[in-house]
Amino acid sequence: MEKSSIKEVIPFIKDTIIWNLKGGIVYQIYLCVLTALMMFGIYAYLVQFNVGLAATHMGNIVSWGFYISNFTFLVGVAAAAVMIILPSYIFKDKDLHKVVIIGEVVAIGALVMCLMFVFVDLGGPLQAWHMLPVIGMFNWPTSLLTWDVLVLNGYLALNLMVPAYILYCHYHHRKPNEKLYRPFVFVAIFWAFGIHLVTAFLYQGLPARPFWNNPLMGPRFLASAFAAGPALITVVLIIVHNMTSFKIDAQVFHKLRRIIVIAAIINLIMLFSEIFKEFYLPTHHSLPAIYLYFGLEGHNSLVPWIWTAIGMNLLGTLTLAFNPGRSSNNFKVVLPACILLFIGIWIEKGMGLIVPGLVPSPMGEVVDYAPSWVEVGITMGILALGVFVVTVLLKPALIIEQRYEGH
Amino acid sequence: MDPSRKSKSMHTGEGLPSKSQGRRRFLKTAAKAAALGGAAMVTGCGGAMGSNEVMGLRWKEYFKKHYRLMTPEEKEQTVARLERLAKIKKNVDVQIGTEAPVEGVLYGYAFNVSRCEGFMECVAACVKENNLDRKSNTQYIRIFELEHGQMSPEVGDGKFFHEVPVADHFYMGVQCYHCDNPPCVKACPTKATWKEPDGIVVVDYDWCIGCRYCIAACPYYGRRFNWNEPVVPKAEVTKKQHYLGNRLRRRGQMEKCTFCVQRSRNGRLPACVEACPTGARVFGNLLDPNSEIRFVLQNKKVYRFKEDLGTDPKFWYFID
Repeated sequence: MEKSSIKEVIPFIKDTIIWNLKGGIVYQIYLCVLTALMMFGIYAYLVQFNVGLAATHMGNIVSWGFYISNFTFLVGVAAAAVMIILPSYIFKDKDLHKVVIIGEVVAIGALVMCLMFVFVDLGGPLQAWHMLPVIGMFNWPTSLLTWDVLVLNGYLALNLMVPAYILYCHYHHRKPNEKLYRPFVFVAIFWAFGIHLVTAFLYQGLPARPFWNNPLMGPRFLASAFAAGPALITVVLIIVHNMTSFKIDAQVFHKLRRIIVIAAIINLIMLFSEIFKEFYLPTHHSLPAIYLYFGLEGHNSLVPWIWTAIGMNLLGTLTLAFNPGRSSNNFKVVLPACILLFIGIWIEKGMGLIVPGLVPSPMGEVVDYAPSWVEVGITMGILALGVFVVTVLLKPALIIEQRYEGH
Repeated sequence: MDPSRKSKSMHTGEGLPSKSQGRRRFLKTAAKAAALGGAAMVTGCGGAMGSNEVMGLRWKEYFKKHYRLMTPEEKEQTVARLERLAKIKKNVDVQIGTEAPVEGVLYGYAFNVSRCEGFMECVAACVKENNLDRKSNTQYIRIFELEHGQMSPEVGDGKFFHEVPVADHFYMGVQCYHCDNPPCVKACPTKATWKEPDGIVVVDYDWCIGCRYCIAACPYYGRRFNWNEPVVPKAEVTKKQHYLGNRLRRRGQMEKCTFCVQRSRNGRLPACVEACPTGARVFGNLLDPNSEIRFVLQNKKVYRFKEDLGTDPKFWYFID
């Protein structure tokens, strides 16, 4: 608001970069591992760019696979930041307010991964400009994909700009002008629900795919996102609490645990509702569910995965609900439970949602699908990129916040 | 500048100025190397990727508009570029037409389930006529072998490969049905696929970004994606092509049956209709009361596949 911006921005950026490169040997190895994974991902993408998407194991029946599975799940993780933003800004929860920045950073990392997964899945990435309005053709509002492009990029902008402004002010030991960013925070809260409903509607709106064409997809997406997202945020907070000097209050973990448990239980109730519909009186619309849970015509590659996923989901939910450690701060119990829940929902909402939606094909043909090394390599690279983004944003953010609190 | 920051840099002050100088020098050299390497790649690759002419043609092709927005001159220009590229890359002389839809025409198709014997002459003719990829064995038309009792290809065998016809079995062909309410057209984020005034649902291959949402939206397995660079033997290329039809496609692009737009708009029948030895396929103008297709619709017991989805396909099945 006051002086010239350049003089203020340069030290901010310089310090951010320096803080990110400083750290002990464990941190440096961690950065090297991430970089190696990203490099391998780039190599795998070059192979795919050279050969075409035939380098994957997708085909005309399973036309969406590992990339879109991960995209679908991670949009939920991105939306889940709202579960911290909402209480801290609307209910003025002081405890959660302190960790809002961490939730937003995780959201940014997840969104970057989502956009990357869509990009690597495109058959003509160089033609992506065809989607832009004016110079291209943007089929809005008819195509749900255009809605998704709008809401995801808008949410990324909101989650980048508001924390950037706040951190920038804190870096210069200024109090940010709340009137300036509060409206955007409110927009972001509604927008978070929006991004995940739109992503759900991508699938929900296709009568050609009866596994997806049901009204529960949208609400189920929200419930699973609000269980998995805060579970990941809890894991990040445990890491921050144990490995940095940024200490987090026990109340934060307690409140997050409550949010996770409620969302996870609603998710399980919805799962039960789906299973009842598919298996009480199975019709030919239930074939995808039969393929997923029991296998069809000898094709049963997904069966062990879905049962493991449901087992992990149940175990994680029950552990967090009944909390055998007697306190929310028993990290020995909370950390594995959150990881189990996160991975369980990932499997079920990723491959366990996309592949059965496409199998059997519209002409009744059943195939198996497992990602190729190219798909796994690119996926690992993108996941490493997401973790990297979270790291390089979180480290300076926490340092700035600690310095600001210290004053 | 705030005092706490100054003191911090003083603590690590000993090595900091020379470290930052070294870092600055490294970054400068790295940037220069990257710029040089990038320039080398672009110019060096020029030799590997083809002559300057190919690069120039590709460059212009990359920036062209959506087909529906092109003026007639722009259409002629892109056709000329594509014909030239085909000549350079495959040494084939092709003619790519841009024939507009014929006035007063709405194409419809009927399939006589009683007559089909599963010969798959239609499949072979389609592959040849439409320059389909031989490497991935792309087929717009699929023939299903069914046992009596149900009329849905979903319970049939689409992969049979034996002498036909088999006793107590019957045969049905499926392909894109050119719906009048096509879900694939709604799904496409770039409007790369649309329904032409004569009812044919087409794809502007070069406009497609390869997101494959249209495959998810299609209830009939009507659309195909080029997962690899298509391979068409030079001797088997059908040279009379249409921009929206059987011209040579590239990987990363969607494609589908076009009711042989390069034939139908010139008054000929699609290749599948001509090739069928039993006369099981009927094609014509739904708006012409004297056409064979209208006769079938008025006099035979016709039905459409997955009619309850509201897609309004222009492809009917009937039994004699």
